[in-house]
Amino acid sequence: MFSRAWQRLSSVVLGLVSAPAAMADWELNMPRGITEVSQSIYELHMLIFWICVWIGVVVFGVMFYSIFKHRKSKGAVASQFHESLGLELLWTAVPTVILIAMAVPATTVLIQMYDTTNSAVDIKITGHQWKWQYDYLGEDVGFFSNLSTTTDEIYNRTEKGENYLLEVDKHVVVPTGQKLRFLITSNDVIHAWWVPEIAVKKDAIPGYINESWALIPEGQEGLYRGQCAELCGVQHGFMPIVLEAVTADEYQAWLDDQRAGKIAEAAAALGDFSYDELMVEGAEVYARSCAGCHGTEGQGMGSVFPALAGSPIAINDMAGHIDIVLNGKAGTAMQSFSAQLSDVEIAAVITYERNAWGNDTGETVTPQMIIDAKK
Amino acid sequence: MTTATASHDDHGHHGPAKGIMRWVLTTNHKDIGTLYLWFAFTMLLTGGVMALIVRTELFQPGMQLIEPEFYNQMTTMHGLIMVFGAIMPAFVGLANWMVPLMIGAPDMALPRMNNWSFWILPFAFGMLLFTLFTEAGAPNFGWTFYAPLSTTYAPSSVTYFIFGVHMMGISSIMGAINIIVTILNLRAPGMTLMKMPLFVWTWFITAYLLVAVMPVLAGVVTMMLMDIHFGTSFFDAAGGGDPVLFQHVFWFFGHPEVYIMILPAFGIVSQIIPTFARKPLFGYASMVYATSSIAFLSFIVWAHHMFTVGMPLQTELFFMYATMLIAIPTGVKVFNWVSTMFRGSMTFETPMLFALAFVVLFTIGGFSGLMLAIAPADFQYHDTYFVVAHFHYVLVPGALFGIIAGVYYWLPKWTGNYYNEKLGKFHFWMSFIGVNVTFFPMHFVGLAGMPRRIPDYALQFADFNAIATVGAFIFGFSQLIFLFILIKTIRGGEKATDQVWEGAEGLEWTIPSPAPYHTFAEAPHVK
Amino acid sequence: MKSDSSKPDNQSGIKPKNTALKLVLAAVAMFGFGFALVPLYDVFCEITGINGKTAGPVERVEQWVDTSRTITVQFITTNNAGMPWEFEALQEEVEMHPGAWTQVEFWALNPTTEDMVGQAVPSVSPSEVAQYVQKTECFCFDQQKLKAGEGRKMPLIFSLDPELPAHVRKVTMSYTLFDAGAFAE
Repeated sequence: MFSRAWQRLSSVVLGLVSAPAAMADWELNMPRGITEVSQSIYELHMLIFWICVWIGVVVFGVMFYSIFKHRKSKGAVASQFHESLGLELLWTAVPTVILIAMAVPATTVLIQMYDTTNSAVDIKITGHQWKWQYDYLGEDVGFFSNLSTTTDEIYNRTEKGENYLLEVDKHVVVPTGQKLRFLITSNDVIHAWWVPEIAVKKDAIPGYINESWALIPEGQEGLYRGQCAELCGVQHGFMPIVLEAVTADEYQAWLDDQRAGKIAEAAAALGDFSYDELMVEGAEVYARSCAGCHGTEGQGMGSVFPALAGSPIAINDMAGHIDIVLNGKAGTAMQSFSAQLSDVEIAAVITYERNAWGNDTGETVTPQMIIDAKK
Repeated sequence: MTTATASHDDHGHHGPAKGIMRWVLTTNHKDIGTLYLWFAFTMLLTGGVMALIVRTELFQPGMQLIEPEFYNQMTTMHGLIMVFGAIMPAFVGLANWMVPLMIGAPDMALPRMNNWSFWILPFAFGMLLFTLFTEAGAPNFGWTFYAPLSTTYAPSSVTYFIFGVHMMGISSIMGAINIIVTILNLRAPGMTLMKMPLFVWTWFITAYLLVAVMPVLAGVVTMMLMDIHFGTSFFDAAGGGDPVLFQHVFWFFGHPEVYIMILPAFGIVSQIIPTFARKPLFGYASMVYATSSIAFLSFIVWAHHMFTVGMPLQTELFFMYATMLIAIPTGVKVFNWVSTMFRGSMTFETPMLFALAFVVLFTIGGFSGLMLAIAPADFQYHDTYFVVAHFHYVLVPGALFGIIAGVYYWLPKWTGNYYNEKLGKFHFWMSFIGVNVTFFPMHFVGLAGMPRRIPDYALQFADFNAIATVGAFIFGFSQLIFLFILIKTIRGGEKATDQVWEGAEGLEWTIPSPAPYHTFAEAPHVK
Repeated sequence: MKSDSSKPDNQSGIKPKNTALKLVLAAVAMFGFGFALVPLYDVFCEITGINGKTAGPVERVEQWVDTSRTITVQFITTNNAGMPWEFEALQEEVEMHPGAWTQVEFWALNPTTEDMVGQAVPSVSPSEVAQYVQKTECFCFDQQKLKAGEGRKMPLIFSLDPELPAHVRKVTMSYTLFDAGAFAE
């Protein structure tokens, strides 16, 4: 659509885009991406960009020519023309033609993006304040995916890792070479699921389902990171997405592992756990799933998120404590964790909350108690 | 009230009343214009401080200065205050001062309502700012306040926010009605519509947009109020509502609103460029038609703010095409400005510098707007810093530079003194550098994948964010130079001639400088 | 007297008060228009299938069954925030011919110690299919009241219009359950 020579020439004129783009491609420009759609979008983006650059060069060129030539200090005398029907028609017609030239490829790509038929893998994605839930339709596999960057990193108490704020505890694993269909919805407010490298961005709206698709070609296995792209409350900046593309065989093996893991987890809950084991596990779960709102030291946050340190429910009412973790609290940001944490994790985190930060109840909540409470 | 109005009604040639009550009770279009402009400047600084808090937090990755919750309050309040408190009142202030002077009218047509529409504003914004000190904190759901984040999940201060928006809306509607009535009824003999200066024309069209869409904004916040307090479910799916409906109604207001914030700036620039090019505006008639087409198109493009919301293909295509069409009349305007300069005899006083920067930087904002209109690409741009860069380019070096250019241009007429040209140029260059250093890098981080409205970001965005923060401080503090220049000019300076600028033409330059308290008691005759 | 707005002191001869009044009426009308957008939007949604909203109950008519193609219909359920009910489709998917009537069942259980009211919100993907979904019976038409600890099987009887576009092979029907206590009838 536009030649390389053009690019080089205009980069000299602009001196801005092409040269640094070669150095740090990802940081300056839209990623080219790994799917056919993302690459079409990239091409479209660059096409429109260069059209704009060239219009800019012409218009600003004339303008700066006037600014330098037609200035009073150089003795310029103003001519008094102020109309030219021909010229005005011309610069209405030329942009119209350019716009039509833009609209044609844009329409083609958009139609392609809307074709969700013939998918091989269907994944339901549910946005939550502030995490993503993935369910593989027909596979009996589903899980929540939380930010795994620690609060210590966020609050500058330790060095930030390479993938700061773009890392999660559980990746959403997908096969390459198969058409993926994403069914996107939300549990509470509006979120948007966005992975730039596959050019999928779709709003997650409570009550409604949106769909989008991607086909990652074979050979493009790897990790692709994205973020929530619609303001969804206080932790909007802290609910990233990590898409892990693997081969079809690895994907099948991964699905089997997930199902086996679930069975093992359920069996483990029937075993015995010591107070110390639960406290260690609980601290981890707390940091991952609770500290974002209730604070790393259980101190709460502002008037919205209550403190747990010294809270009556975390010191006295054990049944109430278990109930609120399992079922959430209506009308607040406190959600149900019964589906997103295992029985062992729930037992551990409640034990932790009842014994950390001076809540020294000395009580141990066992997985069995959680199983009973769920009945 | 009686004394003040009586003194106005007898057409006497005496000056304003003394003391604070002059300002509280005034019905004089110049006084009210001044009030609007100072109010807008106060809000500009207030919203600016919030922007600097945001930029300071974003200087480095990690949370340093504030908590995410307060960060969201700052971005929300910054947006609301700049849109409704700074840009819109500043334009109304300029209209109050200049529309009567430009059409040869003695005052605005409805002077008492004029007083009222201004004095609502301090209360509206007082109420909005007051929420910062409540326990629940200020609104934190973004200036676009999408449901259900702004309804079911909102802090309790949302009710104050709703009433604040209602008051701002009433103020804007009354202001707009006043401007339309003035233009339709009080033009001097011979001042036909197609002889009106472009600033009057653009404001005339803007005022119609305001009358058409501010009530829709009032409607949408009323629906929110009913959902929150009276058990309706306009936006709650549980009761049969739909959160996407909110976005449609909001952007039905919101897109014309965008043009409300830019059309008067088009007008100002169309006054300034001919003056300093010493050449008549090129294509006056096509400027008027282009402005009208932009206004018309603004009603049928709203859903381009919602390309990722999950609309059917045909709807997406319609809104994409309609949006692309806007490039045509906008292009006509830019070409006309450039043609006005071509073979002129240009000088570069501060108003001209701001106007030239407007043309270049607004056009850059227009280019990114055209890119955003391309629906498939918008799936990548949407809700990233690319959008932030886009709308700041059209609103800061666009709308705000237009306002600043207008203030420098008319300041000698208002005060009777020339401002200090050296200081003015210093202010211009600092602002110009600041604005570009702040907002240009945002294009890059946006394309590279940084979402907007996040208090913290991944490491690869760090460098450009640091640069943007430095730019924001340069830009923010340069506005103190502006304040200094304004005060200095009001207090004294080189005396301005009646014509003020060598190339200036129009009725406002036929009256003395400073403009007397009452002007055009006898309507001038326009050839 | 410039504030005397009843006197036309201009060339046009229009009275300022009349102009102002018309504009006020226009503003009031636009306020009303904002609210009129609500039903307009619903009509628009029904026509375009925006958001995959499906229509209310239809009369069951025996229609031509297109046995030449088989559509996979998937059922997914979501609990909105603060809705503690167990809620699931009792079959993950069914295969059906366009035009044929099919019955499926959903299960809901209120595990809390309080009586509750739920409302399921339907949504269909791809959204263009919404206008081809015909339901004679759906738990989503009414609020569901469950006593503390009560569970219930809830039926859905539907068919797909034989006019369903040929490229559609798979349809996903989604139901999100909300706590409708605030809207209880």
